[in-house]
Amino acid sequence: MSASASLKVARSAQELRRLTISKLGWVACGLALALVIAPLVDIVGVVTVHGVAALSGKLFTQTTSGTANGLLNAIEGTFIITLFAMLIAVPIGIGAGIHLSEYGKNRLGGVIRFLSDVLTGTPSIVLGYFAYIVFIIGFGWGFSLAAAAITIAILIVPYLARITELALQQVPNPMREAAYALGAKDHTVVFKVVLPAASAGVITGALLGLAISVGETAPLIYTAGWSDFTWDGRFTHAPVAYLTYVIWTFIDQPDAHSHALAYAAAFLVMLVVLAINIAVRLVVRRTRLV
Amino acid sequence: MKFRPFRVSVLLLSLLIPAALVAVVFFLVAYSGQAILFNGLHFMTQISWNLGDLYSDPVTVSGISVPPGANYGILVFIAGTLASSGLAILIAVPLSVGAAIFLAEAVPHRIRPALSMLVELVAVVPSVVFGLWGITVLIPLIGRYLSPSGNGYGLLAASVVLALMITPIIASTLYDALLQVPKENRESAFALGATHFEVVAKAMLPMVRTTLIGGIVLALGRALGETMAVLMVSGGGINILPTSLFSPISTIASFIVSQLDSAESDPTNMSVRTLSEIALVLFLITLAVNATAKLLSSGALNVRKRQS
Repeated sequence: MSASASLKVARSAQELRRLTISKLGWVACGLALALVIAPLVDIVGVVTVHGVAALSGKLFTQTTSGTANGLLNAIEGTFIITLFAMLIAVPIGIGAGIHLSEYGKNRLGGVIRFLSDVLTGTPSIVLGYFAYIVFIIGFGWGFSLAAAAITIAILIVPYLARITELALQQVPNPMREAAYALGAKDHTVVFKVVLPAASAGVITGALLGLAISVGETAPLIYTAGWSDFTWDGRFTHAPVAYLTYVIWTFIDQPDAHSHALAYAAAFLVMLVVLAINIAVRLVVRRTRLV
Repeated sequence: MKFRPFRVSVLLLSLLIPAALVAVVFFLVAYSGQAILFNGLHFMTQISWNLGDLYSDPVTVSGISVPPGANYGILVFIAGTLASSGLAILIAVPLSVGAAIFLAEAVPHRIRPALSMLVELVAVVPSVVFGLWGITVLIPLIGRYLSPSGNGYGLLAASVVLALMITPIIASTLYDALLQVPKENRESAFALGATHFEVVAKAMLPMVRTTLIGGIVLALGRALGETMAVLMVSGGGINILPTSLFSPISTIASFIVSQLDSAESDPTNMSVRTLSEIALVLFLITLAVNATAKLLSSGALNVRKRQS
């Protein structure tokens, strides 16, 4: 007791200053963390409150006309764009990931990895514009499902390849060796041993790709266009609606009903994206895959 | 060498990634060829963006058919991009450094995973939802309390939204690096009588400096290419350089989106070609920034190496 008391007396002005600065530093850091998280909470809150208020049966059963009625066409459009993008991206991304992890420990693998990172860092609007000049203008497809799905696939494949690679690498080598020792072929080793062991990571990658696809806007503006109708089964020469379009155009309309549709669309998109990301993080927490 | 069909097929699949990238660059260059010739170098230094008279007969300038009066200058968009991204970095760096330090050092172990997940989740909110929030929450705030004209759209709004979007990138990079600082370094600083905050600020932060800079450059790359959120809150200024925090701006990325309709109505296609050139410029800028980030972070693994 007396020792600490005498220490307190002995505190010099410099010591006091250091202690004060430290206290202030922690307060500043805590405030910074609060300022980072608060907007997220506010975004989720605002979108949920307005979005839930705008939910109705009509939303899921009627298509938009102008900026009125429901969102059936947009919900269906986002669904089919994502579906076909995933159908293209999953085999390519997982295949590429298998190559990089199992046979890519060489120069070529390094080059592919580097270029894959470059593609990941390319702004999505640049990919969208590329798709516009090639598919819409060059091939003459017009705004269409095919152009949109391929563009989104190009966007997702590098993520998927990289996450698959990381997941496969966590499978211990003795498992591969044991399979080879039993006389297994390359594809048997990969499909029966390595992929099943790493399935959680690969599914994580696919789910994150799905979340990106649902939340993406910029490349779709230049590829999907917009349509007031549900999909008629054509892959080209027919524009497709999608949810994110509703968010960015309807919120600029003056009337409350358009705003309600924009919030409803934002709520649906956010629900899917956040649900996937939270689920993935809870299941594979900090495996450094995401 | 034996032919192995499985290995060859996955190799071919993985080659599709470089192929896509090469195709992107090739077609952007090929398509913008005429525009590059027509626009020349003053493309980058001119302020005026004018599609020309789209309803008159096109005129031929040095063998290239363009609408009369067409003049494409992108200095305004380059300035808008640099200003909004630069300002966003200025806002985001202190926020994310503070958040990462607090998360790594001050938060109780029990709630740390939940809080770090919240920070990561900020990064996955779709750009367009940030834009929506910007329009409904941020713009009215800026308009009421800060902007002299009462109009919240502009440079400041774009920078704030961008800052929020890139904060988690910097924060999680730094957070992971701080967790890897060897125990010995922390303990020796404590033993010298440093306060906990001094340990973090003077012993730990200098060790992860390169990683931090790598994270900042990576975030810059993201900010430069960000499209929707910026488009929705930036006010879409063209033909005038930003003069204040509240000036309407356009970034390269947001401008590409906003010009779709008018470019499509150009019978000579020159504006579509010029937009392709702009996309190419954006690609090259982000490529340079991301390559820098990559170089920095590959040299920045020294923390982990020292540990072994």
